[in-house]
Amino acid sequence: MKAKIIITPKKAVLDPQGKTVQSALAHMGYSGLGSVHVGKYLEIEVTGADREGARKQIDEACHKILSNPVIEDYRFEIE
Amino acid sequence: MNFSVLQFPGSNCDQDVVHVLRNVMGHSARLLWHKESSLADADAVIIPGGFSYGDYLRTGAIARFSPVMGAVQSFVQNGGLVLGICNGFQILCEAGLLPGALIRNRSLQFRCEQVYLKTVTQQSPFTCKIPTGKLMRIPIAHGEGCYFADEPTLTRLRDNDQILWQYANAQSDCTEQANPNGSVSSIAGICNEARNVAGLMPHPERASEPILGSADGRLIFESLIHFLGQRHRDTPAVSPARTAEPVVSSV
Repeated sequence: MKAKIIITPKKAVLDPQGKTVQSALAHMGYSGLGSVHVGKYLEIEVTGADREGARKQIDEACHKILSNPVIEDYRFEIE
Repeated sequence: MNFSVLQFPGSNCDQDVVHVLRNVMGHSARLLWHKESSLADADAVIIPGGFSYGDYLRTGAIARFSPVMGAVQSFVQNGGLVLGICNGFQILCEAGLLPGALIRNRSLQFRCEQVYLKTVTQQSPFTCKIPTGKLMRIPIAHGEGCYFADEPTLTRLRDNDQILWQYANAQSDCTEQANPNGSVSSIAGICNEARNVAGLMPHPERASEPILGSADGRLIFESLIHFLGQRHRDTPAVSPARTAEPVVSSV
């Protein structure tokens, strides 16, 4: 199985990277592209077939180490 | 006093901290490798700056799980003093020993420059010897020094007098221009509620000798040493007398 995790900055946290990318896109001539938020994407190989167990593990790992709950949100799916 | 200075893979300010503690302040200091699970007889712990674990995942995110941090947690619970400098501050926030988090500088630039620090309160082991109104000139060198905390946390920090230092200009005003990284409320350093753990982004160990351009950073180490000295006087000694020789270090 593979866990696909997306970690993004919380809305309340300033995202200067996102703003920079947004202006770069505008500079390049793209119109209609609004706010940008830059996050992180992780793929983790999970052995075994226990989907529920995997979900619990990944959720805990996301909360404990992969993301910082003070400044980040996370979501994931297991395939 | 005996200081333990933690060393993680990627720490690079550890030796400067040991140098200041030993050769400038005249106290015993040892390097403590991150795999150690005991702080031995440390009176205080310093977590130095650098790029522990290459800042992979998030700065300080991996260092906080090192074996030595378990010993630091117990040390803190028992009232031990811990000071985190730069990456050390980041590690303490990741470890939950200090509230909030440090994120990318608002300018997205790595800022390496002298700043003025205003000391907000002298009521702490880290600021008790800093004269009222003294503006300290101390260097910063960081790309992720923007302090962030949500409103409830910020309110608590203010109410509990936990903000220790703020970035200011030469007139002691905490203006936006004087803030090198976008930290909320110009916060450069804070302490925990129990006031035994503190973190700051600037490097006092790089401003403890006049030859480096400023010796203002000494005041932070002097505060620590003074506080420890008072605590020793107030508590009858129960351990055998310490020698003045520093414990063998890995330097």
